[in-house]
Amino acid sequence: MRRVKSFFGGIYPDDSKKSTAEAPIEILAAPPTLVVPLLQHAGAEATPVVAKGDEVLKGQLLGQANGAVSAPVHSPVSGTVVAIEPRAHACGSSVTSIVIENNGEDKWVEKNSHHDPVQLDAATIRQRIADAGIVGMGGGGFPTALKLNPPNNIVIDYLIINGCECEPYLTADHRLMVEYSEEIILGAKLMAKASGARKIIIAVEDNKPDALEALRRHAGAIEVISLPTKYPEGGEKQLIQAVTGREVPSGGLPFQAGAIVQNVATAWAVTKAVRDGEPSISRVVTVTGKTIKEPKNFLVPLGTPIEYLVEAAGGFNGTVGKVVVGGPMMGGAQFDLSAPVCKTVSGVLAFIEEESITPPVLPCIKCARCVDVCPANLLPLRLEAYGMNKMWDEAQRYGALDCIECGCCSYICPSKRPLLQYIRLAKREIVAKQKKPS
Amino acid sequence: MEDMKLIVAPSPHIRDTDRTEKIMFSVLIALLPVLVASIYLFRWDAVRLVLLSAGAAVATEAIFQRLRNKPITIGDGSALVTGVLLGLIVPPSLPSWMIIIGSAFAVAIGKQVFGGLGHNPFNPALVGRAFLTASFAVAMTNWTAPFDAISAATPLALGAARSNIPNLFFGTVAGSLGETSAVAILIGGIYLFYKGALDYRIPVGILGTVVAMSLLTGQDPVFHLLAGSVLFGAVFMATDPVTSPITVGGRWIFGIGIGLIIMLIRIWGSYPDGVTFAILLMNAATPLLNRWTRPRIYGQGVKASE
Repeated sequence: MRRVKSFFGGIYPDDSKKSTAEAPIEILAAPPTLVVPLLQHAGAEATPVVAKGDEVLKGQLLGQANGAVSAPVHSPVSGTVVAIEPRAHACGSSVTSIVIENNGEDKWVEKNSHHDPVQLDAATIRQRIADAGIVGMGGGGFPTALKLNPPNNIVIDYLIINGCECEPYLTADHRLMVEYSEEIILGAKLMAKASGARKIIIAVEDNKPDALEALRRHAGAIEVISLPTKYPEGGEKQLIQAVTGREVPSGGLPFQAGAIVQNVATAWAVTKAVRDGEPSISRVVTVTGKTIKEPKNFLVPLGTPIEYLVEAAGGFNGTVGKVVVGGPMMGGAQFDLSAPVCKTVSGVLAFIEEESITPPVLPCIKCARCVDVCPANLLPLRLEAYGMNKMWDEAQRYGALDCIECGCCSYICPSKRPLLQYIRLAKREIVAKQKKPS
Repeated sequence: MEDMKLIVAPSPHIRDTDRTEKIMFSVLIALLPVLVASIYLFRWDAVRLVLLSAGAAVATEAIFQRLRNKPITIGDGSALVTGVLLGLIVPPSLPSWMIIIGSAFAVAIGKQVFGGLGHNPFNPALVGRAFLTASFAVAMTNWTAPFDAISAATPLALGAARSNIPNLFFGTVAGSLGETSAVAILIGGIYLFYKGALDYRIPVGILGTVVAMSLLTGQDPVFHLLAGSVLFGAVFMATDPVTSPITVGGRWIFGIGIGLIIMLIRIWGSYPDGVTFAILLMNAATPLLNRWTRPRIYGQGVKASE
């Protein structure tokens, strides 16, 4: 047995996954109107290749990748383009989106499937992944094909498939692992081939024994390891540390530690793309929280408005305080529920008012719990003070840019201080200062 | 859903249930065994001094904040903790007016002048005790035996050879109200540790160093652990988060430093006990320790693999 290593710090929040952990993935029928943002990834917005009034088929290209770091977007349904305009986006601002009226015919473009995709060469696999618009579905949204193509002289020792799903509430990846383990394993093999990775390791937190079992059934020679349930186990840098004992150099990328991390949902999407010829037009989303009547896991066409998803889960049950897209630790609170599900949305959480109110803040008593839990080994209370006092140079010296924004510090603080908010502020100011020519 | 008003706030959206007020309350709960022991041993003097000290501390905090037109924060429990702590570390015979002055000094000068909770460099209760020791040296060293309140010498004045270890353990010796009963302090300490409000490194550092120094200098380590303020200081005073280091390494050095200074004062100094000054001195060193013991940040000093 491998000695299970761990990462620095971390927290043990209540996982709140009970209401959906056993709920099989339900396929959600597409709504009458879908909103497909041209930006669903890290990098540049895609360039539209359709015009208002065009008829489109399911899986047809709507926007093409724009530059080196970008990804194309495809139509989740067959129908008509009724508008190309800025629309509310789960990231909080509005993004140019292609609005499609669903004709209900579910007519696909011609799918370029492949019966034995493992035989394809690395460049072809990467190309198919890029063309399918696949991006990191764990939330990062970095174009997957790029991540699988590190600089020439770099040897990738590990391809780590991330099935930790360490965020409370979320069970989308969990259900995907239980129900689509074969696709995930094949996706992992395809990505290993595409990146030249020597070894595949699938990492799952030990609170999901059924997922571990399902994956091991199809794993063959692939190692499926169980990691202690601790947030943020699934953070890219933390996972690399826990699995390999290596650290990603400060300011660097995972390949510099000889590792690539890909989410299980991304692996699933890779199989759909390379084997079945289906682009990234759907994903599994957990809809849960105390104010959701029937918490569920849905397989959702991308572009489905959040409010439609909430209705599909029985609607709100009483007064809703906060709606969060993503996990409760790193997700974003929404003010407009017409925003659509996009490639990086793993959950929609609805909290009651009581859970949503920001608690009163007390002075820092220097208990240093934030120091103990910080997975980057920072001194969050110091960074908060520097951020508050606009001491950007000190914040930089104390490693503000190494903060991964996991939120452990704000979570654990007994004085309920907004530590992460001030660290984010400091990071922004430091980056802005670096960009400014002196 | 058009007219629905949603609360928008930055992540994280969930918070731990522990709160600073709860931590203060835990300290008070942890002090209960000590309080019971002190009342059993020193009767009404314990009730009198702890109540007066606590009352004076809370009142001082409220008056000070009122005068400065600041929000009154006595609800956070920190002034109450300071007051109870000070009440437990004075001789049973201390006149009432002295404890009131000492407690007011502890909160006003030890804490509020620095900006209140979280901003004081020194442990306020120990500032109060140091003030009382400097101002009323006779009253602060007028020790009485438990139960009958007759003048008596403390174990540290008597020395190890003339002290009975079980008496020291249960607290039936002369000393400060809350500091004589080792067993009561240990129960409180275990409770605090269990509640996650006590970092074991500091008490272990202090007690380990006291034992090591005793052995090195040929003295009785058990006597040095149980006599005087060592245990109370290690469990309830040195672990004050505000005035102790924020790093793991810093906490070890802090504890070991306190242990060293205690033994230096006990063996070669002019005071019989050195706990108050040992902790205050290491409080002063805390900012420096924090700077010296910064943990290595993830990924810093790591080379890219080939």
